[in-house]
Amino acid sequence: MNPWPFVIAAYAVTLAGTASLVLWSWIAMRRAEADADKLSRRQ
Amino acid sequence: MHVYANPARFLKIARPLTPLLGWSGAALIAAALYIGLFLAPPERLQGESVRIIYIHVPAAWLGMAGWTAIAAASLMQIVWRHPLAAIAARAAAVPGAVFTALCLATGSLWGRPAWGTYWEWDGRMTSMLVLLFLYFGYIALAGAEKEKGGEGRLAAIFGLVGAVNLPIIHYSVLWWRTLHQGQSINFLRGTSTIDASMLWPLLASALGFSLLFGAIVLMRMRAELGRNKVEARLKRMAAE
Repeated sequence: MNPWPFVIAAYAVTLAGTASLVLWSWIAMRRAEADADKLSRRQ
Repeated sequence: MHVYANPARFLKIARPLTPLLGWSGAALIAAALYIGLFLAPPERLQGESVRIIYIHVPAAWLGMAGWTAIAAASLMQIVWRHPLAAIAARAAAVPGAVFTALCLATGSLWGRPAWGTYWEWDGRMTSMLVLLFLYFGYIALAGAEKEKGGEGRLAAIFGLVGAVNLPIIHYSVLWWRTLHQGQSINFLRGTSTIDASMLWPLLASALGFSLLFGAIVLMRMRAELGRNKVEARLKRMAAE
């Protein structure tokens, strides 16, 4: 059995999962901190 | 730890630390995976499929480390009432669940060429699956408690009780010898059965993913602190 399709699939799943998690966390952080700063400046 | 109980003091450290951990982790992962994929030799029996080790082992390690962080933060929340402990525990839950799921997925993809099957109800695999379900339970419970304005004590107790699964995962390969291979690295004794040409990229990958995990947890903590700040301000404005 050729192992390369399994190796490539494992790397693709891991990199896609990790990148999505980083992006989601970064966007959530930026949005929350921007909202908090905006509200601080309004007061 | 109480020095960092003040969110402002915590943010002063977390803001420069987040990109530092994130970028150093990403660089280390890129280098380790390049070596693992293209430079490290294939294994004598498993051949090229062993290259999955460079992502599977860090994912397994972080799945367990995530719950260890939840249990430690839960203990700090219950015993010392550390104000950031519940936030830290909640921030570690989703990344921990993602890496546990990645561990199961990559293990399954490794199992097909190595063992001839995607899944076996083996002790290690089953206890990792239980860990994934524990994460789902914790995320749901912590989210529901936060929505109701609770302190998150129930989730903290769940986090502590769930830690019972960690030694089961660790010793599962010794207690039930089925398909999953035994322990290859013993950190306590400082011994390894893996050749240095494969061990170094593996350790570098594990360190890189750990640094990135730290950055993700900090990002999620900062997001929750930001949302809490907005919520508190809006409440104050509505009361005025």
